[in-house]
Amino acid sequence: MPGVPKRRLDLWLRPGKKGRQRQMSRFNFWELAKNALSAHENWGRQWRAPEPKGEYDVVIIGAGGHGLATAYYLAKEHGVTNVAVLEKGWLGGGNTGRNTTIVRSNYLWEESEGLYDHAMDLWQNLSQELNYNVMYSARGVMMLAHTIHDVQVFKRHVYANRLAGVQNEWLTAEEAKEYCPPLNISKNMRYPVLGAALQRKAGVARHDAVAWGYARGADKYGVDIIQNCAVTGIRRGADGAVEGVETSRGFIRAKKIGVVAAGHTTTVMDMAGVRMPLESYPLQALVSEPVKPCFPCVVMSNTIHAYMSQSDKGELVIGAGTDQYISYSQTGGLQIPAHTIEAICELFPMFRRMRMLRNWGGTVDVTPDRSPIIGKTPVPGLFVNCGWGTGGFKATPGSGHVFAHTLAKGEPHPINAPFTLDRYRTGRLIDEAAAAAVAH
Amino acid sequence: MLIHCPACGPRSHHEFTYGGDATIVRPAPDDTDIARWQAFVYDRENPRGDHQELWHHVFGCRHWLKVTRNVTTHDISAVELLGPHAKDANAGEAGR
Repeated sequence: MPGVPKRRLDLWLRPGKKGRQRQMSRFNFWELAKNALSAHENWGRQWRAPEPKGEYDVVIIGAGGHGLATAYYLAKEHGVTNVAVLEKGWLGGGNTGRNTTIVRSNYLWEESEGLYDHAMDLWQNLSQELNYNVMYSARGVMMLAHTIHDVQVFKRHVYANRLAGVQNEWLTAEEAKEYCPPLNISKNMRYPVLGAALQRKAGVARHDAVAWGYARGADKYGVDIIQNCAVTGIRRGADGAVEGVETSRGFIRAKKIGVVAAGHTTTVMDMAGVRMPLESYPLQALVSEPVKPCFPCVVMSNTIHAYMSQSDKGELVIGAGTDQYISYSQTGGLQIPAHTIEAICELFPMFRRMRMLRNWGGTVDVTPDRSPIIGKTPVPGLFVNCGWGTGGFKATPGSGHVFAHTLAKGEPHPINAPFTLDRYRTGRLIDEAAAAAVAH
Repeated sequence: MLIHCPACGPRSHHEFTYGGDATIVRPAPDDTDIARWQAFVYDRENPRGDHQELWHHVFGCRHWLKVTRNVTTHDISAVELLGPHAKDANAGEAGR
């Protein structure tokens, strides 16, 4: 997990001894001052490490951002608190801890605009809502156009977004340079910058804090977050409906199951005999050594394949592409980040002498139309939230919010109603290949 | 990752283009069952283990290969030549 010292991580995540657990406190100035007196050594655990109960109303498979957000909104908005979130590893240890933390909502189609802008609305107040600083920073996301085709596509996006009330605007190359001074807009580049689409309220958020904030919030409502508990099977009754999940810690009965397992969704859905239109690819990212603040926004370039922002610690956070083949290895080919670095050196010559610190990969589940699947499955009681591909982090609050509604009511929220599994049969695809950050 | 092309020998996977899931079977042209066509177009095996997949040796012999690769470890257990020369070539390099 980038950006978190190992020792501190352990402190947060390791199940502690019973009796040492402290009552959870609200974070505020008074608490901060009080804890300062004991050198911040007595903050206590922020969520429990409970043993699984025999039965739950809802079992969520996968304690990443989306799964934890789902549990939080289930408890808070729908009063469903008898919920378990099962996690094979540590919470937030998959793609939630591996992404490049970008938040934006300037997608093309109305369905996507509804979904991603719903998330954007929730981001605005998320830190206050969770009483946990998710460090959402609306520093603007700029998408560069390098060819006439890019210009046409991005202008189309800008117009479509403005019709739908989603913020997005067109900048000339000079305006883009003004917004992001390190940008090279020289005419002598192989792919000169012809302009850019800018969403000003887009930006970044602290990925781990999002998972931790939702975990803490859900736990406060009594949700059991059970880590190191791998799901090994899904048991179905004679009527076909789900009865519960087989796990490495025994059978857990459940009325409803929500699968939020990202790259491993196919594996889990296979246990229930549901075939999915998904393929899992490795997606890589890397960070540089930390430097002083020098990069004011997020810049993305789909054409020459680079995107970058600067974290609050000072590292340049860089997203590379997916490999062309399926892989669950959580590593990718070195030529992929090398290609991205070349593009970044061309776009931002001032970074040519930066050294890269770390490079890692995650496993992303990609759908044929690059839009997620959120809703019911052919199996009664089994629900799925998957297919976020290379860009799921930005939607975390909105995804959890509408999926919680779907789980609680048994029917989708109007916002996720178009994102059915059935759309591949009906042909009502939501094709976001052009809006997705990474060319798959 | 090295792919042992039956025609060219061991080559870096950079010489190849990935062709996706090799287990997909196209329904008959007169098949009117929408579910089978949907499965053909969209549903994929995506196993966390051995995966049969197509690779095209674009910067080599330009043959299409059927490769059995473990997608977690990237170990390749079998490579098979497809196309008109498949029978002869696979007889010589079987199980490679």
